[in-house]
Amino acid sequence: MTMKLGHALALARKDWRRIFREPAFLFMLILFPVVLTVAFGTSFGAVGGARVSQFKVGIVALGGDTTTSTQFSQDLGASGTFIVSHYADNSTAQAALSEGQLQALVLLPSGFERSVQSFRAHPGEPGEWTNSTISVYLDRGSALTAQVIPTMLAQVLDQGVLGVKAQAEATPLSLASPSGVTVKETSVFESFAPGLFAFASIYMIMIVAQSYTVDRETGMLGRILVTPTSSAEIVAGSVLSYLVIALVQALLVFACVYALGYHPVSGTDGLVVGFVIVTVFALCNIGFGLITAAIAKSAGAATGISFAFLMPQLFLGTFVGSALSATAQEAGRFLPAYYVTDALTSLWTRGASVTSLAVVTDLAAVAASSAIILAAGVLVFRRFGNR
Amino acid sequence: MQLENGRTAVAVSIRGLTKDYASVRAVDGLDLSIPEAEVFGLLGPNGSGKTTTINCLTGLLEPTKGKVEVLGFDVQAQGPAAREVMGVSPQETAVYPYLTGEENVRLFGELYSVPRKALNARVDYVLEKVGLLDEAKRRVGKYSGGMKRRVSIAMALVTDPRVVLLDEPTVGMDPQARRAVWDFILELRDRGKTVVLTTHYMEEADELCDEVGIIDHGKLIELGSPGNLREKYQARDMEDVFIRLTGRGIREGA
Repeated sequence: MTMKLGHALALARKDWRRIFREPAFLFMLILFPVVLTVAFGTSFGAVGGARVSQFKVGIVALGGDTTTSTQFSQDLGASGTFIVSHYADNSTAQAALSEGQLQALVLLPSGFERSVQSFRAHPGEPGEWTNSTISVYLDRGSALTAQVIPTMLAQVLDQGVLGVKAQAEATPLSLASPSGVTVKETSVFESFAPGLFAFASIYMIMIVAQSYTVDRETGMLGRILVTPTSSAEIVAGSVLSYLVIALVQALLVFACVYALGYHPVSGTDGLVVGFVIVTVFALCNIGFGLITAAIAKSAGAATGISFAFLMPQLFLGTFVGSALSATAQEAGRFLPAYYVTDALTSLWTRGASVTSLAVVTDLAAVAASSAIILAAGVLVFRRFGNR
Repeated sequence: MQLENGRTAVAVSIRGLTKDYASVRAVDGLDLSIPEAEVFGLLGPNGSGKTTTINCLTGLLEPTKGKVEVLGFDVQAQGPAAREVMGVSPQETAVYPYLTGEENVRLFGELYSVPRKALNARVDYVLEKVGLLDEAKRRVGKYSGGMKRRVSIAMALVTDPRVVLLDEPTVGMDPQARRAVWDFILELRDRGKTVVLTTHYMEEADELCDEVGIIDHGKLIELGSPGNLREKYQARDMEDVFIRLTGRGIREGA
């Protein structure tokens, strides 16, 4: 049976009217992203000149003080963002951290000097490097501040002792967070901003699920199914309507974050690709919404079940993720939202090229996972959800 | 196909229709032929299988056994073609409350691919027929229950379908609105349309139906014109016939 675009468009227009006429839908899809963005912006440093001032960081050089460890320490201090304290041993420093005297503790490994020297001697030759890991302990009582510190540390490390200029260039020293931000210009809000786009879009799962379950409860879904409209056209109508809504959401969030001080460093191409990624991500949310609607027996149940798909993405796939354990952060890699946030961070915060491996990989991951989840949603809903 | 009386072709053909829900047999080997240009009433107590039969007719439910054809189209095998010729108003008052009356009706015209120009005229026509043209721009969520039923009927009729399935069409309507809907149904019949309706209002069956089928426990227990049935059972009206055939016990379910 051929797909009739007119049927899908008619249903999409119906969905748009619902979204703009039903207060709950309007709030969740349009007003909520704006409220969320403004709330975060005003709370975490984008309004009132609340730039990040200084963080207290402790350093322990496990291999003893060396030229490079001293240089790294000086670079941190010179950045103007860190107040550096030196500790002779880990236990003393850990005590200071646990007592709230520090917001972060950096343990430079014994191989720190060798790693830096091997990188300087053989740039671009990973096989010749001596790899080592810098341990960073964060103040768990200040989770939001902790979001930013690893990024800033990585920035200072890359641009200081390692002399790395390119975005996301490999080095022998690993640190939890990616680099690329300009330390002195970064606020907490700016670190969060890319995550807001996925955060706002994820709630589409609940709206799509509610929309289908309400239509099923009221008999409207059955009624549509006894017209010449196919299931595929019904889903296509939803896809059309929610893709437009996703784009509107993204533009609104962008306008808000921009007004609140987050100014992407990318060019127009980076902005366009960013919006494309956020829009494509809507397909994933529609798919999860259909799966939820197939499982749920009522609109109320749909709301509850939607959280099973919503919460993991919120906590592991958006800005909240970097405050979690390494295991939780690894788990985030299995969620589409992670790649949306990562792509926007690379494009808009780090200034990565649209053709960079990181961005292309993220885009591919979002597109592939969204297509798979949407297809699964359609199949599950057709099998279990439309009666 | 001609019937024995040579009057007209068969619009709806049901052969050996059986529908089971787990251990419950809702429809049990139903056979029925409904001629074109007739108002046919499907009567029965709650839970007798009326709505299940209608849902099998629309293709919304897949029969456990048997075959259903609408204007020669096998509803299961030729679903899209069968749905093209049908207009359906379900038992639930299935309307979009956030759309206006006009938008609800127009949407269903668009889902049947009615050309825009023709659709404009059809939307106005059916809304006028159900007495809602003046209220067409109001959102349906603000309508009374009876008005919502009328919009639901208008949605089923916007495409001028050859076969109309109305599941309890006049529930909740005041006498004036009910009379307007009855007049519209009779007009449809006079224009050659086939109307299959279910109802619990026996005066509605008496007034509208050329033929009624009474089903109970999923089986057809009587078939004939209201006049013939009244005469056969020496009953004052169809309600009397209905009670004699199905008893006085109150039924549960729907």
